[in-house]
Amino acid sequence: MIGQLSKAAGRFPRLVVGGRDLTLEVAFTALILLLVAVAATTSDTFLTQTNITNVLKQMVTTGLLAFGMLVVILTGGIDLSVGSVVALSGILTAGLVSGLPIPVAMGVGIIAGLAAGLVNGTLVARFALAPFVVTLASLTTVRGLAFVYSEVPIAPEDPAFFTLGSALLGPIPVSTLIMLVVFVAGGVFLSRTPAGRSIIAIGGNAETVRLAGINVRRHVILAYAISGACAGLAGVILASRVGIAQPSVGVAFELDAIAACVIGGASLAGGRGSVRATFGGVLVLVLINNLLNLYGVQSFWQQVLKGLIIIAVILVQRTPRST
Amino acid sequence: MILELRDVRKDYGGVEVLHGVDLQGRQGEVLAVVGANGAGKSTLIKILAGAQPMSSGEMWMDGERVELRSPHDAHDKGVRTVYQELTLVPELSVTENLLMGDFPRKRGLIDWSAAHARARELLESIGFGAIDPRTKAGRLTVARQQMVEIAKALVTEPRVLVLDEPSAVLAGSDLESLFALIRRLRERGVLVIYVSHRLAEILELADSIVVIKDGKVIETTEPARTSEDDLIRRMAGRKLEQIYPDRRQERGDALLTVTGLTRRGEFEDVSFTLHAGEIVGLFGLVGSGRSEMARCVFGAEPATSGTGAYRSPAEAIAAGLALVTEDRKRSGLVLGMSVRDNIALTTLRGPLIDMGRQRRDVAGMVDRLSIQPPQCASMPVVRLSGGNQQKAVLAKWLLAEPRVLLLDEPTRGVDMATRVEIYRMIDGLARSGIGVLLISSDLTEVMGATDRVLVMAEGRITGELRSDRTTEDEILAYSMGQHA
Repeated sequence: MIGQLSKAAGRFPRLVVGGRDLTLEVAFTALILLLVAVAATTSDTFLTQTNITNVLKQMVTTGLLAFGMLVVILTGGIDLSVGSVVALSGILTAGLVSGLPIPVAMGVGIIAGLAAGLVNGTLVARFALAPFVVTLASLTTVRGLAFVYSEVPIAPEDPAFFTLGSALLGPIPVSTLIMLVVFVAGGVFLSRTPAGRSIIAIGGNAETVRLAGINVRRHVILAYAISGACAGLAGVILASRVGIAQPSVGVAFELDAIAACVIGGASLAGGRGSVRATFGGVLVLVLINNLLNLYGVQSFWQQVLKGLIIIAVILVQRTPRST
Repeated sequence: MILELRDVRKDYGGVEVLHGVDLQGRQGEVLAVVGANGAGKSTLIKILAGAQPMSSGEMWMDGERVELRSPHDAHDKGVRTVYQELTLVPELSVTENLLMGDFPRKRGLIDWSAAHARARELLESIGFGAIDPRTKAGRLTVARQQMVEIAKALVTEPRVLVLDEPSAVLAGSDLESLFALIRRLRERGVLVIYVSHRLAEILELADSIVVIKDGKVIETTEPARTSEDDLIRRMAGRKLEQIYPDRRQERGDALLTVTGLTRRGEFEDVSFTLHAGEIVGLFGLVGSGRSEMARCVFGAEPATSGTGAYRSPAEAIAAGLALVTEDRKRSGLVLGMSVRDNIALTTLRGPLIDMGRQRRDVAGMVDRLSIQPPQCASMPVVRLSGGNQQKAVLAKWLLAEPRVLLLDEPTRGVDMATRVEIYRMIDGLARSGIGVLLISSDLTEVMGATDRVLVMAEGRITGELRSDRTTEDEILAYSMGQHA
């Protein structure tokens, strides 16, 4: 296999290896390596074990939310409720551990997320409501439910509650491994299973898919359910890592998740997006966050810079329109 | 001489699709452009419209060299293009679509009655007076929308009017209005560049005919010096004995029996039987309910009453039905996906898809239907030419191994050589015992490619005729409800 640069497809030169366009992969790897290099040379703390573990743990929430978001975005939808679901599943789990075995309590948290996703998906698919409006409504409803359950933060005392979020397997946090498993399984799901292929096709042209005998509604509901379950899992892991569950946690988490997908080249119109590139988007976001923290940039400026960087990355990776 | 192209070349990503096209058009001329799919007609139109820059070559108008960098440039030079695809904004009125921002005003506000009056005047002046300018464009039939598209190009008098398959959705009196309009434009000195697959109408309408093959002009001729057969032979580059295969086939058992099928507001009391091994034509003008009926049988829309229709596409497919819809972009293909993903859509089986088998199945179909280019499986399906996109839709359904094939305008916007391939394929499928319902608004096709013809008018079946014993006039009479 010989790599070749071709200027064929658009404004930026494309790198094609064995018939596959690897431009995006190479660009991402380069960008991430660049970020790592800049971080390693300008900060004494970046390469320390503590910081690396920290980064690995931090990326779990964004990563899980981004994968779920990608599945929904592929159908041509959007899930704005994930931040609220993180809060609800976290506080539910933390509240239940006093009376239930920890794995069961955590299971309930994940199922709460799944249920929120099922409701979102049903409203979108069955009643043909706009995804933006449905999930905006559940953003506030689910947040409200989290506060209804407990107005104050809940801090479980059983140390076993912290295991999921803080345990290490060798140098790598268990929670990071869980996220990686989700991404690998998710990649297989989207590329190799009929349901995954259908979800992508629905975002491209739902009518064509419906006439091919595929149940469009069921697959749309499935997509939101996956997003809800991922958010539920993220909420449980986050509560376990921080050691305390707050009903106010997760505000604007949906934005990072959407940003990761879009940085990874997903089209908000649906039908186009990649699991690997979304993972790259997560890495980019987390590294930028970490860098700005290490530099001690004030958090409001961090928000400003992050927004600008997202725009810059999207401009560079924008795929040219094919004719 | 008002328009001249000299040695125009165009390449997409290193692949040259136009190899030096020369074209000359005079004032008051109807210049027809014909060619097989992939011959380069669409590319040529895009260059004339300013939508695509030429890679090299020159364009001259009135002895002056012009460069079209955008559709806006073309507009300024008086070159208007009406594409096959409809571009109207469905939620806006016909008036708004026609005037597009250039409204008459009174005290700074839009003067609506004057705007509608101006639109009505325009429509009447070109013979489309039947269209109410206050209607939302999306509520018009496809044929009427096409007429509004043409009217839009005539809001200010063009010098060159490029029409891409304008007649594909028109029939009967609509078609007559279009031809009359083209003749009037010719008298007024407009150069009309007319791209069409309907050779009969080209021979009737054109002053000169340019045949394009493989990105080159291979012949420039006149209707008096050529014939349909001659043009087909030149476009295809081979001698075609006849367009339609001989149909003398014994029919087998009934495969699909529809009785009293009704969907309120669309069609009523439709009954027919489709047998193994036969090809039944279904003719009807736009609005006759033919496509709606086929979609309903397939389970895409629920029936109000009657039997024979399936409850969902999944049930229909399980029972061995396949539906090739009339609009491949809206309901036949997922344009953003590859050829392979599109063809495999009816045969996704799990839990894990067998990728090796999918690859083989798709490659087999690409080969069997000779979809061009042969190595297209991983290409985005939008990159195929119209005819090959249509073949991809057919491939998707053939992979599901249907016993009943419902084909809705399968040759719309498809060139003659590909049509012939499609007719051969349909004939072969019927010979293997498949029952085919061929819905068409093309009279020659509906008579030539079938065993018998059902005619629909205003939602009802008004006639059933034997293809070898009927005439175009007879079918047309039934389709206007005159025999009922």
